[in-house]
Amino acid sequence: MELSEDQIERYSRHILLPEVGGKGQKRLLSSRILIIGAGGLGSPAALYLAAAGVGTIGIVDMDVVDLSNLQRQIIHTTEDLDRPKVESAREKIAGLNPDVTVTTYPFALTAANAREIVAGYDVILDGTDNFPAKFLINDLAVMTRKPLVHGGILRFVGQVLTVLPGESACYRCLFREPPPAGAVPTCSEAGVLGVIAGVIGTIQATEAIKILLEKGHLLTNRLMTYDALTTTFRPVSVRRSPKCPVCGDHPTITELIDYEQPVCTTPGI
Amino acid sequence: MAVTVRIPTPLRKLTGNQSEIREEGGTIREVLKNLEVHYPGIGERLTDESGELRRFINIYVNEEDIRFQDGLDTKIKLGDEVSIIPAIAGGAE
Repeated sequence: MELSEDQIERYSRHILLPEVGGKGQKRLLSSRILIIGAGGLGSPAALYLAAAGVGTIGIVDMDVVDLSNLQRQIIHTTEDLDRPKVESAREKIAGLNPDVTVTTYPFALTAANAREIVAGYDVILDGTDNFPAKFLINDLAVMTRKPLVHGGILRFVGQVLTVLPGESACYRCLFREPPPAGAVPTCSEAGVLGVIAGVIGTIQATEAIKILLEKGHLLTNRLMTYDALTTTFRPVSVRRSPKCPVCGDHPTITELIDYEQPVCTTPGI
Repeated sequence: MAVTVRIPTPLRKLTGNQSEIREEGGTIREVLKNLEVHYPGIGERLTDESGELRRFINIYVNEEDIRFQDGLDTKIKLGDEVSIIPAIAGGAE
C-alpha cells in the first residue's frame, strides 16, 4: 500500500515524527482496534484513533445515546439522542476520516460472543463501565493473546493499565476478582467529572498507538493513576502473579465468565 | 511513627474528605487498625471478616504492592507513603 497525496498531507504531522514516519503511518492504516464501549472512554479514544488513521475500528456497544451521557461522551451530540451509540460513533468517524472502516457490534460483549468479535483485531481498548465487562475483557485478552489497554474512571480519578498477555501483568494480577454485588452502588450515584474520561481515554488511545507502532515504553506492569483534584499522576507497580487465576502458572479460569452484577459500579462506597 | 496514607476518593467521605492522612503504625496492619479507630467504618471497606485485604483493593508502600512484600505485616519506615487503590470501573454509561 502506498500513501496517496491526500494521505501524506493528512498525516504529515505524524510522518514528520521519526517514530512514526511513512512506514508507521502505513502500519496504522492497516491496523485494527476493537473499542469496547462507545461511552466516556470510548468516545475520545475512537475520535483520536480515527484521526490518527487506524484503518479499522470495531465498536461494541448495546446502548442508545442518553441525555445524561453528553456531559462526557463527546462522540455523540444532542441530535443523537435515542440513537444507537455505535451508529452515532460510526457517523462521526466517517466524517472525521474516510480512511477508517468502522465495524459496529450493537450488542453486549458476552462470554459466548467475545472470541468471535475479537478475532482479527490487533488491540483491545476497554472503555466499558462495569466490573463484569472489565474482567471478561481481561480474560478474553489473555486467552486470545491480544494486547489490552484497560481504563477506568470515577469521580475525579482514573486508572490505566496496558496488558501484553504472556509478558506483563494482567488486570487479574492486580485485582483478582470483581467486587461482590450488593456492596457496590452505581456510578450514577457516585458521579464522574466528564473531562476525566477525556484524560484517561486519550491515554488509552496513546497506548494503543504505541502498541501498533512498537514504539516507546508501554504502561505495562504499572498502573497509572490520575487524580484531577490534586493534578497528580502516580504510577504504582504491578507484577505478573504466578498465582493469577487467568494468566498465572496454573490458571483456574480457562473459560470466559459472564459475571452477574449491576453496571457501572465501584466498590467501597 | 507516623506515615502519610493516601485515601482513594470512594473512601474520603469516611475521612471528612481528607485525601491524605497522617497515621501511626510500624506495619500496614497497625496503620489500618489506627485508621479504623480514627475513622470508624473504614476498616471493613478494606479488609474482610478474616482480616484479609479485600480482593479489589490493593495497598502500596512507595508504589510497591504489599502483596509482594509481607502483606499486611509489611513494615513501614519513616517517610514512607502508603497508597490505598481500589479497582474502579466507570467508563461508558
